[in-house]
Amino acid sequence: MHTVEVNHVNKIYGNRAVVKDVTFTVSPGEILGLIGPNGAGKTTTIRMMMDIIKPDSGDIRILGEKLTEASKNSIGYLPEERGLYKKLSVMESILYFATLKGMDRQAARQRAEDLLKQVELLPHAHKKIEELSRGMGQIIQFVVTIIHDPKLIILDEPFAGLDPVNTQFLKNVIIDLRRQGKTVIMSTHRMNEIEEICDRILMINRGQTVLYGELAGIKKKFRNNSVLVEYEGQLSMIPGVTGTHKHDHAVELLLDAGTTPQMLLEELVRQGVTINRFELSTPSLHEIFLRVVGEEHD
Amino acid sequence: MTKTAIIARHEFVNTIRRKSYILFTLAFPLLALLVMLVSQVISGLNRPEVMEKELIGYVDETAGFTLHTVQGKIELQPFTTGDTALRALLDKDIKEYFIIPRDYLQTGLIQRYTLERELEPGGETLTVIRNFLLTNLLKEKNETAVIERVKSPLNMVSTVLTETGEAAPNQGGFATFIIPYIFSLLLLMSIFFSSGYLLQGLGEEKENRVMEILLSSVSSRALLAGKIMGLGAAGLLQVIVWLVSANFLARFASSTFGAVIGMLQVPADFLVLGVIYFVLGYLLFAVLMAGAGAVSPTAREAQQTSTLFSLAGVVPLFFMTFIIENPNHVVSRLLTIFPITAPLTVMMRYGLTDIPWWELAVSIVLLILAIGGSFVLCARLFRTFLLMYGKRPDFKEIVRSFRSA
Repeated sequence: MHTVEVNHVNKIYGNRAVVKDVTFTVSPGEILGLIGPNGAGKTTTIRMMMDIIKPDSGDIRILGEKLTEASKNSIGYLPEERGLYKKLSVMESILYFATLKGMDRQAARQRAEDLLKQVELLPHAHKKIEELSRGMGQIIQFVVTIIHDPKLIILDEPFAGLDPVNTQFLKNVIIDLRRQGKTVIMSTHRMNEIEEICDRILMINRGQTVLYGELAGIKKKFRNNSVLVEYEGQLSMIPGVTGTHKHDHAVELLLDAGTTPQMLLEELVRQGVTINRFELSTPSLHEIFLRVVGEEHD
Repeated sequence: MTKTAIIARHEFVNTIRRKSYILFTLAFPLLALLVMLVSQVISGLNRPEVMEKELIGYVDETAGFTLHTVQGKIELQPFTTGDTALRALLDKDIKEYFIIPRDYLQTGLIQRYTLERELEPGGETLTVIRNFLLTNLLKEKNETAVIERVKSPLNMVSTVLTETGEAAPNQGGFATFIIPYIFSLLLLMSIFFSSGYLLQGLGEEKENRVMEILLSSVSSRALLAGKIMGLGAAGLLQVIVWLVSANFLARFASSTFGAVIGMLQVPADFLVLGVIYFVLGYLLFAVLMAGAGAVSPTAREAQQTSTLFSLAGVVPLFFMTFIIENPNHVVSRLLTIFPITAPLTVMMRYGLTDIPWWELAVSIVLLILAIGGSFVLCARLFRTFLLMYGKRPDFKEIVRSFRSA
């Protein structure tokens, strides 16, 4: 069973379609990256999944059923707009949100202590939120998101405003959540983080799905028929190579349709060039993003 | 505990911990105590009781006033001429003197001379002189009882009768009006403070972005209901503290205050009616204010929008003189039935007239319907606009949100 099933969902504000016919699924033990430019409809899609706003049409199922008050307890949500009660203490804040997710107060206190110890913030448990640094506040907000051990975790820009140490820490926690069989949906602008930890991606632009699938498959689809080569020696004419792009230390050789990387490698060996690096050239997610969004805007 | 109860508990605990709440709750009784103490001290300064013997001179040109010259600590001392009395006054032998002229019986004129500037003669002095004159004027009559009655001829007790000729349960008058009046003021204050906290809380949650986390855990209806219940309980606690402290203060109050407070016997049916309108009134205003909070981007703007409802709520106060004089006028009846003005109008009219039961029934039913209706609409506004930061929706958008969902 999929943890999340979104089927042909639409949302219109005034005369503007914010989300158009978006469909996707996410399974347990999977991290889905939700990407797209600002205003693409990512947050609206997330809010519809959380039943904070209603879709105009389409169907959303969480853990196999329409979202109810009870099934909201199975979701942990870190919104893009972070916020906690400034005057409340760290522990009180965590306990309030945990009980709202159906947790028993005593159990919540025990788990909060464990999690705070894990993130090394236990000594700050009785400080007011306003006394914490911004990074600490972010981590507390993440603790609030996972305090009730949710099956589905939705993170909207989880790394925004975090320093490299905390970013790495959070990445490790997210990867650990996947290992525990949790379903994670992560919306972010940071393509390198998506590439690093996501299994699949959903790219939305102007409310529509423009890319959806396994990261490796998408990269393969956007791959040019070209090879990055770092070598020593002199290259002569190579049949099947239609052009070259110079990179910092390497040359990208563009191949025609009838030439495979294997044939190129044989030719290079035949010419007696010393090869230090031979790599199929795949575009980064960042490049794919720019290419897809750029095309859409043209 | 349901999520609504968790929210109610959170709102209650955090409101009663607010400095402004504690300050205001305590300030009211403390201020009352202070006013009481100061007024007693001042009245003590102004009107010192006559501790030592006091002499008031008089010149009797009619030669008929000799009786009753000693009354308590005040003694009236006769002088033969105005000049001797004046000398005694200037020598401070007497406090003041008065002349009963020869034609006193025709004119009633008494000439009084004193060294002190004053707005009017002191009450005790006036009573002493008055009783002195009366006793001497009536000396031909031997009946003391008649003399006493002339001194105090009217000691009226009125009884309002029902149509069957029995004494009516509601006797009207100052006491029956003052309780509803105090009650309506308490209702107003409690409504405005509780809904003020509601608005402030909503504004803060919008500004510090907690709203989105809350809405991802509970429905907008549960959130709204929890907030209204929690803050309503805090408002009620405030009123209870005030009532208990008023009761407590009454024991320390001077006899004048005590007498007024002693008159305040609350009839049982009024108490029931009071509680019903208190709760319903609070619920209606809280829901309306929450709606105002939902569509306003900041706490400050919410406050401005909500002023509209507050003004509508205090309309009966503008009509107070009219309602007191015409409690059964059609306007008073309409104000009783219209949900927003009903709580205050009913409280005011209760002390003045017998409100027909059907008017009360219609007014309560309409109030309940208004609360239910505005709750449903308000929850929709909550859902649509709580997460719109920094943007005020226009009227069309609000109407559209009512239709949708």
